[in-house]
Amino acid sequence: MADTPRLAGYIARDAGQHPAALHPAYKTSVKRSPQAALLSFPSGPGEETGPVFGHDMLGPLDHDLIHNFAADGRSAIGPRIVVQGRVIDQSGRPVPGALLEVWQANAGGRYRHKKEGYLAPLDPDFGGCGRVITDAEGRYEFRTVQPGPYPWPNGVNDWRPAHIHFSVFGAGFAQRLITQMYFEGDPLIWRCPIVGAIADPEAVRRLIAPLDMDRSLPMDARAYSFDIVLRGRRQTLFENRMEGL
Amino acid sequence: MTLKETPSQTAGPYVHIGCTPNVTGITSVYRADPGATMKTGPVKGREITVTGAVHDGMGQVLRDAMVEIWQADGDGLFRSAQETRGDADPNFTGWGRSAGDMDTGEFRFETVMPGAVPTADGRMQAPHITFWIVARGINTGLQTRMYFPDEAAANDADPLLARIEHRARVATLIARRDGAEAYRFDIYLQGPDETVFLDI
Repeated sequence: MADTPRLAGYIARDAGQHPAALHPAYKTSVKRSPQAALLSFPSGPGEETGPVFGHDMLGPLDHDLIHNFAADGRSAIGPRIVVQGRVIDQSGRPVPGALLEVWQANAGGRYRHKKEGYLAPLDPDFGGCGRVITDAEGRYEFRTVQPGPYPWPNGVNDWRPAHIHFSVFGAGFAQRLITQMYFEGDPLIWRCPIVGAIADPEAVRRLIAPLDMDRSLPMDARAYSFDIVLRGRRQTLFENRMEGL
Repeated sequence: MTLKETPSQTAGPYVHIGCTPNVTGITSVYRADPGATMKTGPVKGREITVTGAVHDGMGQVLRDAMVEIWQADGDGLFRSAQETRGDADPNFTGWGRSAGDMDTGEFRFETVMPGAVPTADGRMQAPHITFWIVARGINTGLQTRMYFPDEAAANDADPLLARIEHRARVATLIARRDGAEAYRFDIYLQGPDETVFLDI
């Protein structure tokens, strides 16, 4: 076993920073939440490795939801925004080469999905999916229209805050994360049972992207900043410290 | 100072728009859905099919889940920049993603039988495939493993399976044979047959 890498493993997930599996106010979680405790096991090669995504998978408009579904010469309707930020790990190191996939409703809160029946109309020039791969500093940026809130059949009168879904791949499969980004100042955030599954208000605040006027494009688009922190590695005991904190 | 991880949120019912848009009918944005094909040429090892479904606490199949798998190649190596033990099969990605059939909820992966992989401290593990499940109602993606019914001796020696206190639950991680080169793995989110989920 001389060739076996001595991996330090990932820092254990802090359950207190994540939503509870069972949050009855979010009704679908009642029958979709495990009742037994998770089995803990130190991460190894299968968790420290993860799929590789090259920039060659990306089309020229994959990061531009305003145009990637629109007919030639047209663009999606809605408030134009740039969403940008960094993907870093818990040690603050950039995560380059991370694939971010995003999806969202259109400006009226309508998703382009065959199982969605909200009466707000589809935008013929908006699909709602996009993807980017982080650069060497872990930075990403995409352009889209700000999604609208939409009602959902949970409580009698529940509305999701405006949000963009993010799916993130780090370097290792144990870093795999899906989350949602919310917008600064939205009064629906603190009323939402999906947000409310996260008990710690400070953790919720880290999902709320502030308006970033310095990165806004005058006469074009406002900007929101959303940094994403993925799991970090435990401090290694080994002398070269290359993977340490 | 260690930063806090970004909190998870549910993938919601429309995860397919972002992750498998072609399946939902958004066909003009990406050439192909990521993870739809795990084999990009002739692969090493036994080619197998893995099917199954995700069930809720009432025994009903989820028709809106997204399932991803991650596994070693036929020689036990991962196709990853983080793999330090050797070069994995260049024709095998190791990663698959399935939205499942929109009507039946069945997922299906055309893959290869993974070779054995050691733990970080050098103990051999039985061949297995890592599963990651997200869906509406699942607030944090659930990770589990599928092991093989025809690897009984290796399963008996597997360090993770050995950690399962309630021995009757070991069976929830073992697929059943479903044909010559086919396996079936059903995942139960809750209830008496609840699958063992991992914090790893």
